[in-house]
Amino acid sequence: MLQQSTSDGYHQTEHPLAEMLNLHRFVFCSGCLIGTVITSLATCLKEENLTARDYAIVSGIGCTGRASGCFKAPAFHTTHGRAIPFATGLKLAKPRIKVFVLSGDGDISAIGGNHFIHAARRNIDISVICVNNSVYGMTGGQAAPTTQLGDITSTTPYGNVEPPFNLVDLAAASGATYVARWPGYDTLRLQKSLRKGMNRRGFSFIEVIVPCFTQYGRRNRKEGTIEMMEGLRAIVDLRVGCPPHEAVLDLNNGLAVCGEFVETDGIGFIENLQNLRERVKERNAGKE
Amino acid sequence: MKNDSITVENQSPVRAPVLSTGNHACAEGALAVGCRFFGGYPITPSSEVAELMSKRLPLVDGTFVQMEDEIASIMACLGASFAGVKAMTATSGPGLSLMAESIGLAVMMEVPLVIVTVMRGGPSTGQPTNSSQSDVYQVRYASHGDYELIVLAPGSVQEMYELTIRAFNLSEIYRTPVIVAADGTLGQMMEPLSLKPEVEQVQRKSPQVSPQDYKPFEVLDEDLVPAMAVAGTDYDFYATGLTHDEMGNPRMDPESAEKLITRLCAKIRRARTHIYDWETYGLEDARLVVLAYGVNARGVREAAERMRAEGHKIGMVRLKSLWPFPDELMDQLGHRVQKVVVSELNNGMLIREVERFRHRFSVAGITVPTPVPLRPSEIYHRLLEEI
Repeated sequence: MLQQSTSDGYHQTEHPLAEMLNLHRFVFCSGCLIGTVITSLATCLKEENLTARDYAIVSGIGCTGRASGCFKAPAFHTTHGRAIPFATGLKLAKPRIKVFVLSGDGDISAIGGNHFIHAARRNIDISVICVNNSVYGMTGGQAAPTTQLGDITSTTPYGNVEPPFNLVDLAAASGATYVARWPGYDTLRLQKSLRKGMNRRGFSFIEVIVPCFTQYGRRNRKEGTIEMMEGLRAIVDLRVGCPPHEAVLDLNNGLAVCGEFVETDGIGFIENLQNLRERVKERNAGKE
Repeated sequence: MKNDSITVENQSPVRAPVLSTGNHACAEGALAVGCRFFGGYPITPSSEVAELMSKRLPLVDGTFVQMEDEIASIMACLGASFAGVKAMTATSGPGLSLMAESIGLAVMMEVPLVIVTVMRGGPSTGQPTNSSQSDVYQVRYASHGDYELIVLAPGSVQEMYELTIRAFNLSEIYRTPVIVAADGTLGQMMEPLSLKPEVEQVQRKSPQVSPQDYKPFEVLDEDLVPAMAVAGTDYDFYATGLTHDEMGNPRMDPESAEKLITRLCAKIRRARTHIYDWETYGLEDARLVVLAYGVNARGVREAAERMRAEGHKIGMVRLKSLWPFPDELMDQLGHRVQKVVVSELNNGMLIREVERFRHRFSVAGITVPTPVPLRPSEIYHRLLEEI
């Protein structure tokens, strides 16, 4: 590792993932686990020896929307909710590369909800990593479809009365062939899961629970980022073989079921399309 | 540097000339110019473009995908284009409304792609099975923000083919979305179509520097168009819908915004005389000129020919490109023409552009929001009143 001395005498150590990441594009609040999700993915990409020619990262907008630009790769900061169809076109046009969607819960389950369920149904061979912080952070802490019942946000000043989506159950019901959920601090399990997702066929969905102190915690009597993480750790229930409809995420009543919920192998959309091309060309050749 | 361009032999199984609908001719043009990705969603009266693409793309190792809506359709095209594959979508007014935001993203990220809109009557669901020219402003201003767009307007089945080819080449040259706006009638009607034996395929400029030195939005050429790296190569780059600098870094300062928006508009504005496309008739001695486009121009032509045969000094301009609007042509007309009559199948849209030249000539309109093209006899009688 490179050590550099700064003018005021401190030693600066080069970031171990500097070759993978554009560190000047980190815009996240201190303590935010979005950074951890980014470094976890970068670690996996490095371990897999993937370079700019092997993968691409697509985001929508919002806090996690800024994540794509942190990677030294073809990186796309698209419009709100539209990362998944953009990634679908990218993957279809260049099947060799691994395509990741890294976006937030509002992006993927609210405005982009339709694209999410259809990508899962279509079984397009991409990895969708959803950073779920239960709130619209970048726009000032408004309620999201993932905001827990009773929570105070800037658009639910009297408490949220809408039940939240369970994204694990939604992904599974839509046909996703790999579905997992992890707390953002659990980088080892998250990395194992990310590598599994990127090395398999079909649509994989990984939800990462990331507490937001700045926009959510302050309004809901949380003490700080670390305390929120400790609070999450106390209620995480890691399960093996748990069916997706039992993957409860009820942060206010003390249960966050995490683990892998769906893992089936099957032909993805890319392979299905290639088979179709070969079938059609064969049939057409017979005609001539 | 200049754009690479190759001329390829047409591989289409269709032998010319054939009887074709405008929608099928459009798909033939796209395939001939090298389009290998189509993302679409069914909508009348454009669906036959998607139908023919779904049949033919697998045969040339291309990809057809029917997405969940028009937003997803155009976004998939953006993704495919950033993978280096020529991409197209086809729709009609309501679908284009949904694509509006993504057109803005394509302008901002400078993505070559072609959007075909086969116009039907609106507002709202309107008249799905009827024709219209009422989206003349929608095609130009669908997205928010300050930008320039190239819009072509075919007037025959043959031109559906030829202008689709041109749209792809323009989109690659200027790194911009290009819209082909056809009347519903044109998409649905059948006419003889002659396929070109050879088609010119222009390619976007690719980076001439190493990945380390590449700046995705740096302008190195006079044309103000940056070279475009694509995914799956050694180049890493960042493309964002936010206002950005040469490296793609988001920039919120006023200077960066002004610089970027000015360049994005200027790259189209400065090239406008290369983009303009029109056809004239009888301008040599005309005192009155009718301006029309699309399928409506056919009736106008018939009426104009009849009037010239009767000795009236009338001429005609048929626009084959609507945007950028040809201001220079209006100035030229101003030297010798006393009046310009604009005929279009809407309540008066493009006439507003012509009215900006009232200091050069007087302006009148035969603008009817009818879902069926005007009869030549009706245009003839209306034109007689303008003499």
